[in-house]
Amino acid sequence: MEFRYLPMTETDKKEMLDKIGVSSTEELFSDIPKEVRLDKELNLKKPVSEYELKKELTEMASKNANLTEYRSFLGAGVYDHFIPSVVDHVISRQEFYTAYTPYQPEISQGELQAIFEFQSMVSELTGMPVVNSSLYDGATAVVESVNLSVEHTKKKKVLISAAVHPEYRQLVETAANGKKLEIVEIHYKNGLTDLDQLEKELDEDTAAVLVQYPNFFGQIEPLEKINELIKQQKKTMFIVSSNPLSLGFLTPPGEFGADIVVGDTQVFGIPAQFGGPHCGYFATTKKLMRKVPGRLVGETTDKDGKRGYVLTLQTREQHIRREKATSNITSNQALNAVASSVAMSSLGKHGVKEMAKLNMQKARYTKQKLEEANLPAVFNGSFFNEFVIKLSKPVSDVNDDLFEKGFIGGFDLGKAYPELENHMLIATTEIRTKEEIDAFVKEMGDING
Amino acid sequence: MANENFPLIFERSKEGRSSYNLPALDVPEVKLEEELDDIYIRKTDAELPEVDELELMRHYNGLSERNFGVQTGFYPLGSCTMKYNPVINEDVIRLPGFSHIHPYQDTKTVQGALELMFDLQVHLEEITGMHEITLQPAAGSQGEWTAIMMIKAFHEANGDYHRDEIIVPDSAHGTNPASAAVAGFKTVEVKSNEKGLVDVEDLKRLVNENTAALMLTNPNTLGLFETEILEMSEIVHSVGGKMYYDGANLNAIMGYTRPGDMGFDAVHLNLHKTFTGPHGGGGPGSGPIGVSEELAPYLPKPVVRKNDGVYELDYDRPQSIGMVKGYYGNFGINVRAYTYIRTMGAEGLKKVSEYAVLNANYMMRSLEKEYELPFTQHCKHEFVLSGSKQKKLGVRTMDIAKRLLDLKFHPPTVYFPLIVEEALMIEPTETESKETLDTFIDAMLQIADEAKTNPEIVQEAPHNTAVNRLDEAGAARKPILRYQKEG
Repeated sequence: MEFRYLPMTETDKKEMLDKIGVSSTEELFSDIPKEVRLDKELNLKKPVSEYELKKELTEMASKNANLTEYRSFLGAGVYDHFIPSVVDHVISRQEFYTAYTPYQPEISQGELQAIFEFQSMVSELTGMPVVNSSLYDGATAVVESVNLSVEHTKKKKVLISAAVHPEYRQLVETAANGKKLEIVEIHYKNGLTDLDQLEKELDEDTAAVLVQYPNFFGQIEPLEKINELIKQQKKTMFIVSSNPLSLGFLTPPGEFGADIVVGDTQVFGIPAQFGGPHCGYFATTKKLMRKVPGRLVGETTDKDGKRGYVLTLQTREQHIRREKATSNITSNQALNAVASSVAMSSLGKHGVKEMAKLNMQKARYTKQKLEEANLPAVFNGSFFNEFVIKLSKPVSDVNDDLFEKGFIGGFDLGKAYPELENHMLIATTEIRTKEEIDAFVKEMGDING
Repeated sequence: MANENFPLIFERSKEGRSSYNLPALDVPEVKLEEELDDIYIRKTDAELPEVDELELMRHYNGLSERNFGVQTGFYPLGSCTMKYNPVINEDVIRLPGFSHIHPYQDTKTVQGALELMFDLQVHLEEITGMHEITLQPAAGSQGEWTAIMMIKAFHEANGDYHRDEIIVPDSAHGTNPASAAVAGFKTVEVKSNEKGLVDVEDLKRLVNENTAALMLTNPNTLGLFETEILEMSEIVHSVGGKMYYDGANLNAIMGYTRPGDMGFDAVHLNLHKTFTGPHGGGGPGSGPIGVSEELAPYLPKPVVRKNDGVYELDYDRPQSIGMVKGYYGNFGINVRAYTYIRTMGAEGLKKVSEYAVLNANYMMRSLEKEYELPFTQHCKHEFVLSGSKQKKLGVRTMDIAKRLLDLKFHPPTVYFPLIVEEALMIEPTETESKETLDTFIDAMLQIADEAKTNPEIVQEAPHNTAVNRLDEAGAARKPILRYQKEG
């Protein structure tokens, strides 16, 4: 077998061994004690040629029903949006994708500036002045926001709306076991966070209140009222997890007094890819700037006065604070942050708004058509691009039938909310055509009987 | 470009230009303003740039020209394993069957993806010698934290709530103590001895009934193999503690030894290092963990299973620590790692380690006369020099790094590990040719010479980069973290 990534020839090897003063490479491994030496070849599949491997992987990929072939109405935190061609062309440039963290700013200005622009764009959308260079995903960003609130307020109780993405809540639960936090779930009422319960649970021991906007059911939470309740406590922080595309049309959480806004920029230029990698964002106030997890890029000048960018405020980070660190975040999702930046630049000021509105228009059309087919939405508040309907049979059965007809149906809410058995969460994005929606509704009507 | 600022995309913006082209509204329009409470409708548009497509491409191409990648030149950044990122990986991940699948699709419709994950797990189990693998963590540090949370769950299941100490060597990656802290532990530091290895006597003194685990990199961050690893495992296990393996340096030992054979109970891997996921300018990465049979019940949910030839996601795991990452991890990076392993096979992976180690030793021996080499035994895939000789001449390690920029190299890792004065940590990787190594060696020798004869040229470097040394203190003192329109 030839290994095309290994350039060493036998002559090279001999010259190098001579320089080192050993007779074989084996001698360089002599420090590994015999007792722990692997005395057999690893039992892995035999390597194959490039052609064969591509064929094998193409076959494997073709066993998956993909979103370019099926018409999808599935959202629930990951969305099938239009991705401009420019995005992949930019992130396929090796200077971006094969680079490391920009620790040497003089030769990393491209990466640093692209991230600075990402921070600026997310800042515009969320209405928050400080944005980090990204986190692993929206779920991790939520966990980090909860950790920050606990660290900042020195309190251990956190109130989380049940209308926050169920997986995000599960991640917070996992992390809470490390920090011994008290997590209190606030139920939902008619698809929105129950404000009565929130008011009752909210007390001076509360570090933060976390809601999602639009929430997991697609409904638009009353951030103004929630903020009023929170402000009755002196220290309690207001955390909002938010789909940044919706903020092209909706009032940003920053204008409702949020202390931290987090979420995922997958909606901008990042394919679903089975749930990752996506790109978490973390936005906050100037007051909390020095507590932000992950990396921040800042503007500065060189000794000739020329503008440039560097990683900044690194004293917060784990490689300096070590055991005193409050976050262990290292790598972020820089390349995906660049992808989102390109998508946001391409859409620009008017495109982001237009795309948000298209989502809202098409989702409303879907909702109305389903209503006409006797499948009314169960929550009736304002919504973004998702809504909930009730079926007469299990969602999985309906989805099986839809799949036969070339559709990927909505999310089975019963999996995360036992009381919502037979309820489906439906997402309609800008790429679903009227024709597709009409066909989907017809099938839904037929299947549901 | 000489003295001009490179524009921000916002500065290229002009009202009325655009490069978007969205599908038309083909359904009857609803008046959104009538349906939504006015307070929830944005009053001022987000000030995103308005540029045409050509201007956008010129902008990003211009930025990419101001960035250094592995395919630009030699990138011997110690501890980061900046090896070649195979281009086939990039083709494969773009197959619609991998890139355009939704995590909540019925598992029946994503059998290929689950098969790949399962197969990758089996391969990683074999490479590490561990009982079971999860691909869920998004990065090495998240893997560390996940494994430590599992060790915590294990101890608590045994009623050992008092075990609140994690032992970490003084040469460890900063993430180790940080991950331990985030998992609710305090860290205790074990010293390195004069050979650069963990001081086993010190370890003996530190372990006790409160020891939850020892976190260790092997080879360690000095690039040295911990020869007394079995003794260390025995010491930690004898008090009921667990052995945790930081897999950042796995590139040095594949096919020669395995963490499982050394007595480790949990291990994390950095797929973007050892298994060629591109580093993307700082991510996305992927940090799977492998565990012993004893720890397996605590793995995060869900776990990929194979039953009668059908792949499933198992959420029914009562002892699981819970979920640690949205959905199933960074699938896109995992596909790349799988493609790489299938390209190399057992023989290829062993050669990878052989050449990574050969290259590092060759460079180390070629540089030891001009640069201080604190630990003189053979190294593994990386080694640490000290710039202490040059410091006496007024040239700091950072100056050497900046001078390398002039000579078209990415510098090594500097000032880490913390226990070496003026550290320069060099990792050539196996994908670099002897010719490349020789050019870099020449450059390093040239700089050593310049430090003696013409120190200013080093102290004032770089001389030919897009920007000169930047005012980092100023950036931290008065942070500017976003673009603000003037006026």
